[in-house]
Amino acid sequence: MSSFDLKYKSYGDRSILVEWPSIIDDQILKNILLFKSHLDHKYKDSKTYIKTSYNSLLITYPKEIKKSNKVLELKNIYQKIKTLNNQSFNKWEIPVCYDIEFGKDLNFLKESLSIEIEEIISIHISKEYRVFNIGFLPGFLYLGEMDKRIHCPRKDKPVLNIEKGSVGIGGSQTGIYPNQSPGGWNIIGKTPINLFDINRKSPCFIKAGDKIKFVSISKKEFQLISIQLESNIYKLNKTLLND
Amino acid sequence: MIEVIKTGLYSSIQDKGRFGYENLGVPISGSMDQFSSSLSNKLLNNKQQDAVMEITMTGPVLKFHKKTIISITGADISPVLNNNPIRMNRAHSIEKGDVLSFGKLKYGIRSYLSVSGGFLTKKVMSSRSMYSNITESFRIVKGENLKINSIKKMNIDSLITQFDYMDHFKSNEIKVFKGPEFESLSKTQKNEIFKNQFTISNDNNRMAFQLKENLKNELKPIITSLVMQGTVQLTPSGKIIILMRDNQTCGGYPRILQLTENAINKLSQKHMNNNIHFELT
Repeated sequence: MSSFDLKYKSYGDRSILVEWPSIIDDQILKNILLFKSHLDHKYKDSKTYIKTSYNSLLITYPKEIKKSNKVLELKNIYQKIKTLNNQSFNKWEIPVCYDIEFGKDLNFLKESLSIEIEEIISIHISKEYRVFNIGFLPGFLYLGEMDKRIHCPRKDKPVLNIEKGSVGIGGSQTGIYPNQSPGGWNIIGKTPINLFDINRKSPCFIKAGDKIKFVSISKKEFQLISIQLESNIYKLNKTLLND
Repeated sequence: MIEVIKTGLYSSIQDKGRFGYENLGVPISGSMDQFSSSLSNKLLNNKQQDAVMEITMTGPVLKFHKKTIISITGADISPVLNNNPIRMNRAHSIEKGDVLSFGKLKYGIRSYLSVSGGFLTKKVMSSRSMYSNITESFRIVKGENLKINSIKKMNIDSLITQFDYMDHFKSNEIKVFKGPEFESLSKTQKNEIFKNQFTISNDNNRMAFQLKENLKNELKPIITSLVMQGTVQLTPSGKIIILMRDNQTCGGYPRILQLTENAINKLSQKHMNNNIHFELT
Protein backbone atom coordinates (compact mmCIF):
# COMPACT_ATOMS: atom_id res chain seq x y z
CA MET A 1 0.00 0.00 0.00
CA SER A 2 1.48 3.25 -1.06
CA SER A 3 1.49 6.15 1.32
CA PHE A 4 -0.01 9.46 0.25
CA ASP A 5 0.87 13.01 1.06
CA LEU A 6 -2.03 14.00 3.30
CA LYS A 7 -3.32 17.40 4.28
CA TYR A 8 -4.74 17.94 7.77
CA LYS A 9 -7.17 20.82 8.23
CA SER A 10 -9.11 21.87 11.28
CA TYR A 11 -12.86 21.98 10.68
CA GLY A 12 -14.84 23.67 13.45
CA ASP A 13 -13.43 23.31 16.95
CA ARG A 14 -13.58 19.56 17.37
CA SER A 15 -13.02 18.01 13.96
CA ILE A 16 -10.05 17.31 11.73
CA LEU A 17 -10.44 16.89 7.98
CA VAL A 18 -7.81 14.72 6.31
CA GLU A 19 -7.45 15.19 2.56
CA TRP A 20 -5.97 12.95 -0.13
CA PRO A 21 -5.14 14.17 -3.68
CA SER A 22 -8.24 15.41 -5.54
CA ILE A 23 -8.78 12.59 -7.99
CA ILE A 24 -11.26 9.73 -8.05
CA ASP A 25 -9.13 6.62 -7.69
CA ASP A 26 -9.49 3.08 -6.27
CA GLN A 27 -6.09 3.16 -4.53
CA ILE A 28 -6.94 6.42 -2.76
CA LEU A 29 -10.28 5.04 -1.61
CA LYS A 30 -8.66 1.89 -0.23
CA ASN A 31 -6.03 3.97 1.54
CA ILE A 32 -8.75 6.12 3.15
CA LEU A 33 -10.71 3.06 4.27
CA LEU A 34 -7.57 1.43 5.65
CA PHE A 35 -6.80 4.55 7.67
CA LYS A 36 -10.41 4.60 8.86
CA SER A 37 -10.27 1.00 10.07
CA HIS A 38 -7.21 1.84 12.19
CA LEU A 39 -8.90 4.94 13.59
CA ASP A 40 -12.11 3.01 14.31
CA HIS A 41 -10.02 0.61 16.34
CA LYS A 42 -8.08 3.34 18.13
CA TYR A 43 -11.16 5.39 19.06
CA LYS A 44 -13.64 2.55 19.48
CA ASP A 45 -14.52 3.29 23.10
CA SER A 46 -14.73 7.06 22.83
CA LYS A 47 -17.48 9.14 21.32
CA THR A 48 -15.35 9.91 18.29
CA TYR A 49 -17.02 9.59 14.89
CA ILE A 50 -15.28 9.04 11.58
CA LYS A 51 -16.75 9.39 8.13
CA THR A 52 -15.19 9.15 4.68
CA SER A 53 -15.77 10.25 1.12
CA TYR A 54 -13.85 10.04 -2.21
CA ASN A 55 -10.75 11.94 -1.06
CA SER A 56 -11.29 12.72 2.53
CA LEU A 57 -11.84 11.52 6.04
CA LEU A 58 -13.43 13.52 8.84
CA ILE A 59 -12.86 12.80 12.51
CA THR A 60 -15.15 14.46 15.02
CA TYR A 61 -14.09 14.31 18.65
CA PRO A 62 -16.49 14.59 21.60
CA LYS A 63 -14.88 17.79 22.88
CA GLU A 64 -12.92 20.78 21.67
CA ILE A 65 -9.42 19.76 20.52
CA LYS A 66 -6.01 21.27 20.09
CA LYS A 67 -5.28 20.84 16.41
CA SER A 68 -1.52 20.34 16.59
CA ASN A 69 -1.79 17.54 19.16
CA LYS A 70 -4.42 15.64 17.21
CA VAL A 71 -2.61 16.03 13.89
CA LEU A 72 0.53 14.61 15.43
CA GLU A 73 -1.44 11.68 16.81
CA LEU A 74 -3.12 11.05 13.45
CA LYS A 75 0.15 11.28 11.51
CA ASN A 76 1.66 8.73 13.86
CA ILE A 77 -1.19 6.30 13.31
CA TYR A 78 -1.02 6.79 9.53
CA GLN A 79 2.72 6.17 9.39
CA LYS A 80 2.48 2.95 11.35
CA ILE A 81 -0.09 1.37 9.04
CA LYS A 82 1.42 -1.76 7.55
CA THR A 83 0.77 -2.94 4.01
CA LEU A 84 -0.09 -6.39 5.34
CA ASN A 85 -3.43 -5.33 6.75
CA ASN A 86 -5.88 -7.13 4.54
CA GLN A 87 -9.03 -5.31 3.62
CA SER A 88 -11.85 -7.39 2.27
CA PHE A 89 -14.50 -6.05 -0.05
CA ASN A 90 -17.49 -7.74 -1.63
CA LYS A 91 -18.91 -7.64 -5.11
CA TRP A 92 -22.72 -7.58 -5.02
CA GLU A 93 -24.91 -8.64 -7.92
CA ILE A 94 -27.93 -6.36 -7.86
CA PRO A 95 -30.88 -7.60 -9.94
CA VAL A 96 -32.49 -4.80 -11.96
CA CYS A 97 -35.58 -4.99 -14.14
CA TYR A 98 -35.03 -2.66 -17.09
CA ASP A 99 -38.62 -3.06 -18.31
CA ILE A 100 -40.09 0.13 -19.74
CA GLU A 101 -42.70 0.09 -16.95
CA PHE A 102 -39.93 0.80 -14.43
CA GLY A 103 -37.40 2.47 -16.72
CA LYS A 104 -39.58 5.51 -17.26
CA ASP A 105 -36.87 7.52 -19.00
CA LEU A 106 -35.48 4.77 -21.27
CA ASN A 107 -37.34 6.13 -24.30
CA PHE A 108 -36.06 9.63 -23.59
CA LEU A 109 -32.48 8.31 -23.31
CA LYS A 110 -32.87 6.35 -26.54
CA GLU A 111 -33.78 9.57 -28.33
CA SER A 112 -31.27 11.90 -26.72
CA LEU A 113 -28.31 9.48 -26.84
CA SER A 114 -29.31 7.89 -30.17
CA ILE A 115 -28.68 4.43 -28.72
CA GLU A 116 -31.14 1.53 -28.75
CA ILE A 117 -32.61 0.62 -25.37
CA GLU A 118 -31.07 -2.90 -25.47
CA GLU A 119 -27.66 -1.30 -26.02
CA ILE A 120 -28.12 1.17 -23.10
CA ILE A 121 -28.94 -1.77 -20.83
CA SER A 122 -26.04 -3.88 -22.03
CA ILE A 123 -23.62 -0.98 -21.48
CA HIS A 124 -25.06 -0.35 -18.02
CA ILE A 125 -24.67 -3.98 -16.89
CA SER A 126 -21.26 -4.51 -18.48
CA LYS A 127 -19.30 -2.61 -15.83
CA GLU A 128 -18.57 -3.23 -12.18
CA TYR A 129 -19.01 -0.06 -10.17
CA ARG A 130 -16.96 0.72 -7.09
CA VAL A 131 -18.86 2.19 -4.12
CA PHE A 132 -16.93 5.33 -3.22
CA ASN A 133 -19.24 6.77 -0.64
CA ILE A 134 -22.64 6.42 1.00
CA GLY A 135 -24.55 9.63 1.61
CA PHE A 136 -27.03 12.19 0.28
CA LEU A 137 -29.87 9.92 1.45
CA PRO A 138 -29.65 7.03 3.93
CA GLY A 139 -28.19 4.15 1.91
CA PHE A 140 -27.54 6.13 -1.28
CA LEU A 141 -24.40 4.77 -2.97
CA TYR A 142 -21.97 7.03 -4.79
CA LEU A 143 -20.69 4.72 -7.54
CA GLY A 144 -17.70 4.96 -9.86
CA GLU A 145 -18.11 6.41 -13.34
CA MET A 146 -20.21 4.86 -16.11
CA ASP A 147 -19.25 4.23 -19.70
CA LYS A 148 -19.15 7.61 -21.51
CA ARG A 149 -21.70 6.46 -24.10
CA ILE A 150 -24.54 6.55 -21.57
CA HIS A 151 -23.72 9.79 -19.74
CA CYS A 152 -26.78 12.02 -19.67
CA PRO A 153 -27.43 15.27 -17.76
CA ARG A 154 -29.87 15.40 -14.86
CA LYS A 155 -33.34 16.73 -15.51
CA ASP A 156 -33.76 20.48 -15.14
CA LYS A 157 -36.66 19.95 -12.79
CA PRO A 158 -36.59 17.13 -10.24
CA VAL A 159 -39.43 14.62 -10.31
CA LEU A 160 -41.34 14.68 -7.01
CA ASN A 161 -41.76 10.99 -6.31
CA ILE A 162 -39.16 8.61 -7.61
CA GLU A 163 -40.02 5.07 -6.51
CA LYS A 164 -37.88 3.24 -4.00
CA GLY A 165 -35.37 0.97 -5.77
CA SER A 166 -35.29 3.04 -8.97
CA VAL A 167 -32.01 2.90 -10.87
CA GLY A 168 -31.01 6.12 -12.54
CA ILE A 169 -28.41 7.99 -14.56
CA GLY A 170 -27.33 11.49 -13.52
CA GLY A 171 -24.50 12.96 -15.57
CA SER A 172 -21.60 10.49 -15.48
CA GLN A 173 -23.01 8.70 -12.43
CA THR A 174 -25.43 5.87 -11.88
CA GLY A 175 -27.23 5.06 -8.66
CA ILE A 176 -30.17 3.50 -6.87
CA TYR A 177 -32.80 5.45 -4.92
CA PRO A 178 -32.87 3.66 -1.53
CA ASN A 179 -36.25 5.15 -0.66
CA GLN A 180 -39.00 7.08 -2.39
CA SER A 181 -37.73 10.62 -2.82
CA PRO A 182 -37.64 13.56 -5.19
CA GLY A 183 -34.83 13.35 -7.72
CA GLY A 184 -33.52 14.58 -11.03
CA TRP A 185 -31.93 11.45 -12.46
CA ASN A 186 -33.11 9.64 -15.58
CA ILE A 187 -34.70 6.39 -14.46
CA ILE A 188 -33.76 3.26 -16.41
CA GLY A 189 -34.97 0.43 -14.17
CA LYS A 190 -35.81 -0.80 -10.72
CA THR A 191 -34.37 -3.27 -8.23
CA PRO A 192 -36.53 -5.23 -5.78
CA ILE A 193 -33.62 -5.25 -3.32
CA ASN A 194 -33.99 -3.15 -0.18
CA LEU A 195 -30.73 -1.24 0.10
CA PHE A 196 -31.52 0.40 3.39
CA ASP A 197 -33.58 -1.30 6.07
CA ILE A 198 -33.65 0.05 9.59
CA ASN A 199 -34.85 -3.33 10.85
CA ARG A 200 -31.62 -5.04 9.85
CA LYS A 201 -28.74 -5.18 12.30
CA SER A 202 -26.66 -3.42 9.70
CA PRO A 203 -29.20 -1.23 7.85
CA CYS A 204 -27.00 -0.93 4.78
CA PHE A 205 -25.21 -4.18 3.91
CA ILE A 206 -23.10 -2.62 1.16
CA LYS A 207 -19.99 -0.78 2.33
CA ALA A 208 -17.72 1.83 0.79
CA GLY A 209 -15.03 -0.06 -1.14
CA ASP A 210 -17.43 -2.81 -2.28
CA LYS A 211 -18.39 -3.23 -5.92
CA ILE A 212 -21.78 -3.40 -7.58
CA LYS A 213 -22.69 -5.34 -10.68
CA PHE A 214 -26.15 -4.85 -12.13
CA VAL A 215 -27.84 -7.98 -13.48
CA SER A 216 -30.77 -7.65 -15.87
CA ILE A 217 -33.93 -9.51 -14.84
CA SER A 218 -37.38 -9.88 -16.37
CA LYS A 219 -40.62 -8.58 -14.84
CA LYS A 220 -41.49 -12.15 -13.81
CA GLU A 221 -38.17 -12.53 -12.00
CA PHE A 222 -38.72 -9.14 -10.38
CA GLN A 223 -42.02 -10.38 -8.94
CA LEU A 224 -40.51 -13.68 -7.88
CA ILE A 225 -37.58 -12.01 -6.10
CA SER A 226 -39.99 -9.57 -4.40
CA ILE A 227 -41.96 -12.53 -2.98
CA GLN A 228 -38.77 -14.34 -1.95
CA LEU A 229 -37.58 -11.18 -0.21
CA GLU A 230 -40.84 -10.86 1.68
CA SER A 231 -40.58 -14.42 2.90
CA ASN A 232 -36.91 -13.96 3.76
CA ILE A 233 -35.64 -16.70 1.46
CA TYR A 234 -33.85 -14.60 -1.13
CA LYS A 235 -30.09 -14.51 -1.02
CA LEU A 236 -28.18 -11.87 -2.89
CA ASN A 237 -25.17 -13.10 -4.89
CA LYS A 238 -21.91 -11.82 -3.51
CA THR A 239 -18.30 -12.73 -4.07
CA LEU A 240 -15.27 -11.71 -2.11
CA LEU A 241 -13.07 -9.37 -4.10
CA ASN A 242 -9.36 -9.86 -3.96
CA ASP A 243 -8.14 -6.77 -5.70
CA MET B 1 -49.90 9.39 27.01
CA ILE B 2 -50.29 12.68 25.20
CA GLU B 3 -52.91 12.87 22.50
CA VAL B 4 -52.18 15.02 19.46
CA ILE B 5 -55.40 16.93 18.78
CA LYS B 6 -53.76 19.34 16.35
CA THR B 7 -50.20 19.08 15.07
CA GLY B 8 -49.30 22.73 14.51
CA LEU B 9 -47.26 23.74 11.47
CA TYR B 10 -44.36 21.35 12.00
CA SER B 11 -43.82 19.61 15.33
CA SER B 12 -41.46 16.69 15.78
CA ILE B 13 -39.83 14.69 18.54
CA GLN B 14 -36.08 15.34 18.80
CA ASP B 15 -33.21 14.51 21.13
CA LYS B 16 -29.44 15.13 21.05
CA GLY B 17 -29.23 13.29 17.74
CA ARG B 18 -28.49 9.99 16.04
CA PHE B 19 -24.75 9.43 16.20
CA GLY B 20 -22.59 6.86 14.45
CA TYR B 21 -24.64 6.30 11.27
CA GLU B 22 -23.46 9.18 9.11
CA ASN B 23 -21.31 6.78 7.13
CA LEU B 24 -24.55 5.15 5.94
CA GLY B 25 -25.92 8.52 4.86
CA VAL B 26 -28.06 8.99 7.96
CA PRO B 27 -27.98 12.57 9.27
CA ILE B 28 -27.47 13.28 12.98
CA SER B 29 -30.71 15.31 13.30
CA GLY B 30 -31.70 16.32 16.85
CA SER B 31 -33.17 19.55 18.23
CA MET B 32 -32.33 22.51 16.01
CA ASP B 33 -31.71 24.72 19.03
CA GLN B 34 -29.85 22.36 21.35
CA PHE B 35 -29.36 25.10 23.93
CA SER B 36 -33.10 25.62 24.41
CA SER B 37 -33.97 21.91 24.37
CA SER B 38 -31.26 21.16 26.95
CA LEU B 39 -32.57 23.97 29.11
CA SER B 40 -36.08 22.57 28.89
CA ASN B 41 -34.81 19.20 30.13
CA LYS B 42 -32.74 20.81 32.86
CA LEU B 43 -35.75 22.67 34.24
CA LEU B 44 -37.39 19.28 34.87
CA ASN B 45 -34.26 17.49 36.08
CA ASN B 46 -34.52 15.28 32.99
CA LYS B 47 -31.52 13.58 31.41
CA GLN B 48 -29.78 15.52 28.65
CA GLN B 49 -30.65 12.86 26.05
CA ASP B 50 -34.36 12.80 26.91
CA ALA B 51 -36.52 13.52 23.88
CA VAL B 52 -38.44 16.78 23.61
CA MET B 53 -41.04 18.14 21.20
CA GLU B 54 -39.77 20.75 18.77
CA ILE B 55 -42.59 23.09 17.81
CA THR B 56 -42.21 25.42 14.83
CA MET B 57 -43.98 28.78 14.49
CA THR B 58 -47.55 27.64 15.27
CA GLY B 59 -48.17 25.28 18.14
CA PRO B 60 -50.06 21.99 18.40
CA VAL B 61 -53.01 21.22 20.66
CA LEU B 62 -52.09 18.44 23.06
CA LYS B 63 -54.25 16.60 25.57
CA PHE B 64 -52.53 14.95 28.53
CA HIS B 65 -53.88 11.59 29.66
CA LYS B 66 -51.34 11.32 32.47
CA LYS B 67 -50.11 13.47 35.32
CA THR B 68 -46.75 14.99 34.51
CA ILE B 69 -44.58 18.09 34.72
CA ILE B 70 -43.75 20.14 31.64
CA SER B 71 -41.58 23.06 30.67
CA ILE B 72 -41.45 25.12 27.50
CA THR B 73 -38.35 26.96 26.30
CA GLY B 74 -37.11 28.45 23.04
CA ALA B 75 -39.51 30.54 20.98
CA ASP B 76 -42.44 32.08 22.86
CA ILE B 77 -45.59 30.92 21.05
CA SER B 78 -47.85 32.09 23.91
CA PRO B 79 -48.51 28.69 25.55
CA VAL B 80 -51.94 28.24 27.09
CA LEU B 81 -52.97 25.57 29.59
CA ASN B 82 -56.75 25.02 29.70
CA ASN B 83 -57.32 28.60 28.47
CA ASN B 84 -54.87 30.15 30.97
CA PRO B 85 -51.60 31.59 29.63
CA ILE B 86 -48.53 29.95 31.20
CA ARG B 87 -45.01 31.27 31.51
CA MET B 88 -42.03 30.21 29.45
CA ASN B 89 -38.84 28.74 30.90
CA ARG B 90 -40.18 27.18 34.06
CA ALA B 91 -41.84 23.97 35.24
CA HIS B 92 -45.62 23.55 35.30
CA SER B 93 -47.57 20.66 36.77
CA ILE B 94 -50.10 18.95 34.54
CA GLU B 95 -53.17 17.03 35.62
CA LYS B 96 -54.88 14.26 33.71
CA GLY B 97 -57.17 15.83 31.09
CA ASP B 98 -55.28 19.11 30.80
CA VAL B 99 -55.04 20.63 27.32
CA LEU B 100 -52.01 22.58 26.14
CA SER B 101 -52.35 24.89 23.19
CA PHE B 102 -50.46 27.86 21.76
CA GLY B 103 -51.20 31.32 20.46
CA LYS B 104 -49.29 34.14 18.85
CA LEU B 105 -45.60 33.89 18.09
CA LYS B 106 -43.78 36.54 20.15
CA TYR B 107 -40.11 35.83 19.51
CA GLY B 108 -37.92 33.08 18.03
CA ILE B 109 -39.43 30.37 15.86
CA ARG B 110 -38.78 27.00 17.53
CA SER B 111 -40.23 26.10 20.90
CA TYR B 112 -39.24 23.10 23.02
CA LEU B 113 -41.71 21.17 25.15
CA SER B 114 -40.26 18.79 27.73
CA VAL B 115 -42.19 16.33 29.85
CA SER B 116 -40.95 14.59 32.95
CA GLY B 117 -38.79 11.64 31.79
CA GLY B 118 -38.96 12.75 28.16
CA PHE B 119 -41.13 11.59 25.25
CA LEU B 120 -40.93 7.81 24.88
CA THR B 121 -41.51 7.42 21.16
CA LYS B 122 -39.72 4.49 19.52
CA LYS B 123 -35.94 4.63 19.37
CA VAL B 124 -34.48 3.90 15.96
CA MET B 125 -30.70 3.49 15.76
CA SER B 126 -30.34 4.67 19.33
CA SER B 127 -32.23 7.95 18.87
CA ARG B 128 -35.82 9.21 18.94
CA SER B 129 -35.13 12.12 16.59
CA MET B 130 -37.72 12.02 13.84
CA TYR B 131 -36.42 11.87 10.29
CA SER B 132 -38.12 10.61 7.14
CA ASN B 133 -37.48 6.97 6.25
CA ILE B 134 -35.74 6.40 9.57
CA THR B 135 -38.53 6.89 12.10
CA GLU B 136 -42.09 5.97 11.21
CA SER B 137 -42.98 9.57 10.48
CA PHE B 138 -40.88 12.72 10.26
CA ARG B 139 -43.24 14.75 12.43
CA ILE B 140 -46.07 14.16 14.85
CA VAL B 141 -49.38 13.10 13.34
CA LYS B 142 -52.93 14.15 14.22
CA GLY B 143 -54.66 11.61 16.44
CA GLU B 144 -51.39 10.02 17.49
CA ASN B 145 -50.80 9.12 21.14
CA LEU B 146 -47.30 9.94 22.35
CA LYS B 147 -46.06 7.75 25.17
CA ILE B 148 -44.75 9.38 28.35
CA ASN B 149 -43.85 8.11 31.81
CA SER B 150 -46.17 8.12 34.78
CA ILE B 151 -45.01 10.16 37.71
CA LYS B 152 -45.90 9.18 41.22
CA LYS B 153 -45.06 12.25 43.19
CA MET B 154 -45.23 15.79 41.92
CA ASN B 155 -42.67 17.89 43.64
CA ILE B 156 -42.67 20.98 41.53
CA ASP B 157 -41.47 23.47 44.16
CA SER B 158 -37.86 22.41 43.83
CA LEU B 159 -38.05 22.89 40.06
CA ILE B 160 -39.24 26.45 39.81
CA THR B 161 -36.49 28.64 38.48
CA GLN B 162 -37.35 31.31 36.00
CA PHE B 163 -34.71 31.65 33.32
CA ASP B 164 -34.30 34.38 30.76
CA TYR B 165 -31.98 34.43 27.78
CA MET B 166 -33.34 37.01 25.36
CA ASP B 167 -29.97 37.72 23.78
CA HIS B 168 -30.15 34.25 22.24
CA PHE B 169 -33.12 35.44 20.13
CA LYS B 170 -32.28 39.08 19.57
CA SER B 171 -28.63 39.05 18.59
CA ASN B 172 -27.98 38.62 14.87
CA GLU B 173 -24.30 37.85 15.22
CA ILE B 174 -23.39 34.38 13.94
CA LYS B 175 -19.97 33.20 15.14
CA VAL B 176 -17.98 31.11 12.68
CA PHE B 177 -14.67 29.39 12.06
CA LYS B 178 -12.99 29.45 8.67
CA GLY B 179 -14.13 26.45 6.60
CA PRO B 180 -11.83 24.01 4.76
CA GLU B 181 -12.08 26.01 1.49
CA PHE B 182 -12.05 29.49 3.07
CA GLU B 183 -8.55 30.23 1.82
CA SER B 184 -9.64 29.63 -1.79
CA LEU B 185 -11.93 32.68 -1.59
CA SER B 186 -10.77 35.92 -3.20
CA LYS B 187 -9.85 38.92 -1.07
CA THR B 188 -13.09 40.65 -2.04
CA GLN B 189 -15.15 37.59 -1.11
CA LYS B 190 -13.43 37.26 2.27
CA ASN B 191 -14.08 40.90 2.89
CA GLU B 192 -17.73 40.79 1.85
CA ILE B 193 -18.68 37.70 3.77
CA PHE B 194 -17.81 39.43 7.05
CA LYS B 195 -18.74 42.99 6.13
CA ASN B 196 -22.19 42.39 4.64
CA GLN B 197 -25.48 41.68 6.34
CA PHE B 198 -27.35 38.67 5.01
CA THR B 199 -31.07 37.89 4.99
CA ILE B 200 -32.62 34.48 5.58
CA SER B 201 -34.67 33.40 2.56
CA ASN B 202 -37.97 31.51 2.64
CA ASP B 203 -35.95 28.40 1.82
CA ASN B 204 -35.14 27.53 5.43
CA ASN B 205 -35.90 24.28 7.19
CA ARG B 206 -34.36 21.60 9.41
CA MET B 207 -32.00 20.61 6.59
CA ALA B 208 -30.57 23.96 5.55
CA PHE B 209 -31.01 27.74 5.51
CA GLN B 210 -30.46 29.61 2.25
CA LEU B 211 -29.55 33.27 2.31
CA LYS B 212 -31.11 35.82 -0.05
CA GLU B 213 -27.95 37.69 -0.99
CA ASN B 214 -25.43 36.04 -3.30
CA LEU B 215 -21.68 36.20 -3.01
CA LYS B 216 -20.16 36.60 -6.46
CA ASN B 217 -18.33 33.36 -6.98
CA GLU B 218 -15.91 31.67 -9.35
CA LEU B 219 -15.00 28.74 -7.10
CA LYS B 220 -15.65 25.40 -8.75
CA PRO B 221 -17.44 22.55 -6.99
CA ILE B 222 -15.19 20.05 -5.25
CA ILE B 223 -15.31 16.24 -5.44
CA THR B 224 -18.12 15.18 -3.06
CA SER B 225 -16.62 15.63 0.37
CA LEU B 226 -17.76 15.68 3.98
CA VAL B 227 -19.86 18.32 5.66
CA MET B 228 -21.20 18.92 9.15
CA GLN B 229 -24.10 20.62 10.89
CA GLY B 230 -23.35 24.32 10.61
CA THR B 231 -21.23 24.16 7.45
CA VAL B 232 -21.63 27.18 5.15
CA GLN B 233 -21.47 26.19 1.48
CA LEU B 234 -21.01 28.45 -1.54
CA THR B 235 -22.62 27.22 -4.77
CA PRO B 236 -21.23 27.99 -8.27
CA SER B 237 -24.02 30.56 -8.77
CA GLY B 238 -22.99 32.33 -5.55
CA LYS B 239 -25.78 31.10 -3.28
CA ILE B 240 -24.91 30.71 0.39
CA ILE B 241 -26.33 27.62 2.09
CA ILE B 242 -26.00 26.95 5.82
CA LEU B 243 -26.45 23.29 6.71
CA MET B 244 -28.61 22.62 9.75
CA ARG B 245 -29.43 19.54 11.89
CA ASP B 246 -30.97 17.28 9.21
CA ASN B 247 -28.10 18.01 6.82
CA GLN B 248 -26.90 15.62 4.16
CA THR B 249 -23.71 13.91 5.28
CA CYS B 250 -21.67 14.94 2.25
CA GLY B 251 -21.67 17.56 -0.46
CA GLY B 252 -19.74 18.97 -3.37
CA TYR B 253 -19.89 22.72 -2.75
CA PRO B 254 -16.90 24.56 -1.28
CA ARG B 255 -17.20 24.82 2.51
CA ILE B 256 -16.29 28.41 3.28
CA LEU B 257 -17.31 28.77 6.93
CA GLN B 258 -18.28 26.61 9.89
CA LEU B 259 -20.75 27.84 12.51
CA THR B 260 -19.98 27.31 16.20
CA GLU B 261 -22.38 25.01 18.00
CA ASN B 262 -24.09 27.92 19.68
CA ALA B 263 -24.35 29.83 16.40
CA ILE B 264 -26.37 26.89 14.98
CA ASN B 265 -28.66 27.15 18.02
CA LYS B 266 -29.11 30.89 17.54
CA LEU B 267 -29.69 30.60 13.80
CA SER B 268 -32.37 27.96 14.50
CA GLN B 269 -34.45 30.72 16.10
CA LYS B 270 -34.31 32.95 12.99
CA HIS B 271 -36.87 32.99 10.23
CA MET B 272 -37.50 34.44 6.82
CA ASN B 273 -36.30 38.05 6.39
CA ASN B 274 -34.28 38.07 9.63
CA ASN B 275 -30.83 39.55 9.20
CA ILE B 276 -27.60 37.94 10.28
CA HIS B 277 -23.94 38.75 10.01
CA PHE B 278 -20.98 36.41 10.28
CA GLU B 279 -18.20 37.04 12.73
CA LEU B 280 -15.00 35.05 13.15
CA THR B 281 -14.47 33.52 16.57
